[in-house]
Amino acid sequence: MRATSHQFPENVHEALANPTLRQALSKMRGGFPVNRAQAISRLPEFDALRDTARDIKNHTLEHLDFYLERFEERVVANGGQVHWCETPQDARQTILEICQRLNARSVTKGKSMIAEEIALNDYLEEHDIRPVETDLGEYIIQLRKEPPSHIIAPAIHVTKDQVIEAFREAHTELPADRPLDEPRDLTDEARTMLRQEYFDADVGITGANFLVAETGTSTIVTNEGNGDLTQTLAKAHVVIASLEKIVPTMEDMATILRLLARSATGQEFSVYTTLSSGPKRKEDLDGPEEYHVVLLDNGRSDLLGTEFREILRCIRCSACMNHCPVYGAVGGHAYGWVYPGPMGAILTPTLIGIDQAGHLPNASTFCGKCEEVCPMRIPLPQLMRAYRTREHERGISPKATRWGLRLWRFLATRPRLYGAVTGLVARAIANLGWGQGVVTSLPLAGGWTSVRDLPVTQGRTFRSLYKQTKSYPASSTK
Amino acid sequence: MSAREAILGRVRASLGRGRLDVDKSAELDARLNAPIANLVPARGQVSGAAAVEDFIQMTLGAAATLEEVATDLEIPAAIARYLASENLPARLVQTQEIADRLDWDAVPQVETRSGPAVSEDEVGLAMALAGVAETGTLILRSGVQAPTTVNFLPDTHIVVLRRDDVVGGYEEAWARLRETCLDADGRLPRTVNMITGPSRTGDIEQTLQLGAHGPRRLHVVLVG
Repeated sequence: MRATSHQFPENVHEALANPTLRQALSKMRGGFPVNRAQAISRLPEFDALRDTARDIKNHTLEHLDFYLERFEERVVANGGQVHWCETPQDARQTILEICQRLNARSVTKGKSMIAEEIALNDYLEEHDIRPVETDLGEYIIQLRKEPPSHIIAPAIHVTKDQVIEAFREAHTELPADRPLDEPRDLTDEARTMLRQEYFDADVGITGANFLVAETGTSTIVTNEGNGDLTQTLAKAHVVIASLEKIVPTMEDMATILRLLARSATGQEFSVYTTLSSGPKRKEDLDGPEEYHVVLLDNGRSDLLGTEFREILRCIRCSACMNHCPVYGAVGGHAYGWVYPGPMGAILTPTLIGIDQAGHLPNASTFCGKCEEVCPMRIPLPQLMRAYRTREHERGISPKATRWGLRLWRFLATRPRLYGAVTGLVARAIANLGWGQGVVTSLPLAGGWTSVRDLPVTQGRTFRSLYKQTKSYPASSTK
Repeated sequence: MSAREAILGRVRASLGRGRLDVDKSAELDARLNAPIANLVPARGQVSGAAAVEDFIQMTLGAAATLEEVATDLEIPAAIARYLASENLPARLVQTQEIADRLDWDAVPQVETRSGPAVSEDEVGLAMALAGVAETGTLILRSGVQAPTTVNFLPDTHIVVLRRDDVVGGYEEAWARLRETCLDADGRLPRTVNMITGPSRTGDIEQTLQLGAHGPRRLHVVLVG
């Protein structure tokens, strides 16, 4: 997909003005975060597991070359093949060659963010191979010809009415007057339409939540069962995964599995966790004849040597975006590429360049909620701050920001002047409220006050109150 | 230079070192060859009757149904009753592992066939290797005795689980896999399926729907 991250401000304005999107997003707040909190309250060891999981992944990254080599050896011993791909083009080409060798007309696909990252569907279509998304959310957005807006709920921005519209338009072979009003009807219709596709497809492509070095296993975690039908019924199972999906042992995977579903949907465990170790064995009665792992680098090997290494611990649970006030207001498409929300604000500039995606690390209030909920303890705000610093150093942050920062630095390094100016401002804003308690419009800040009110100040700054009482205004033990 | 060498070279450059030395490699190989459990939560450390009790609660919580029977002899009749109560056809596809275990003569009204499932099969019957108490998760593995399609194609999935096979946490299930399921070359079965409740989706307005692509119903027969 073509990135539009460079026009993030325009995307945001569009998103905020879209009532359908706001309606769809409003449902998220009562769902994922609430369910997550409940699931975690039932597992007292949750925080200790986060520490363990962080340490496992840090250990793995520190010895990534070793574990990748062991993984490959064991995939080969299982009868499979690993394809090392440096770039998205290499990965697309590798998959295309597998499909062409098998004379594939159609391929079924389980949900994969890496497939989005390399824009696989477009490429296959250009070469007359029909990709069929089988995850319900992915199927909906494939029909609507749009990218996912969330990493585990790709169609979270779509309302039921829009799904009905998309199904009526696409499934013209079904009676036009069929009832299709309930989510149940829609789920059943998708199930029916996709059933035969699994049998017809020559190649089944899935992502991977884990690659296990110990056993040469790829693991997917799903709720629908589409990933299982995709890999079991096709002639070849192609797994597309990036380097950092590797974990050393099954035990290490078990630890992270205890965090994944709880952090994502708030389930105790996802419905299907499927371990795949190679193609069907000689005596097996079903399963794919071939098993391929397409291992994508796309900049990650270099990323490993930078301060952004910690993002490579990400397990794509989506907790950061589910709790992000910015994501919750604008949705995923505004971020303009594959990965939205706080993890996307780090990964996107890393993968497509800070010139393209420099806005994203700025799309944060630094409320810290993302770091608070991240199961892998990735310090997301700190990494965003590091990107902001880089942008400032390279002079690519907006002029107004640079001037503002310069002005602030001038004041902040002159305490007396700072006190005088902030005292004046505090008094001015207090008077602006005209006794209403809020300011509804502010000179030079119309963009801010046009959509919200500013609570008035109390007339004094914290510093002047502190000087007067020589203690914190509220009761303090210090 | 191959892509493989290029990628591994960049990884090593980023880590600020060359190939690991022999001692370090041996240390990491030991970690891989004799895996050690990390922190296991208390609820993954239960055993015996407590584990069975937890398993039942968790699997019911995941929207599966469950029936307890005393011996294998009771299983066919229990399944016949279940099929009738759910208005399902008295016809099923079973794995060879189940066929070897159960005697269907007592319930001639149920038509059984053994082997992989096809799209017309409405009910599939398989045997679990283990049940994990921690989350009510069934562990099934593929093999000549147990084709995977039986677990995913039919609308209704019935799984037989022995009480003795209920374990506390996932790590115990891995131990069983390593003890009983590796082939002569030490390889895992082609696939291991961890199943917790029936298939579901929340992709339309976050409304939970059971039966997305996999089975709409998951029924556990706990025996022993």
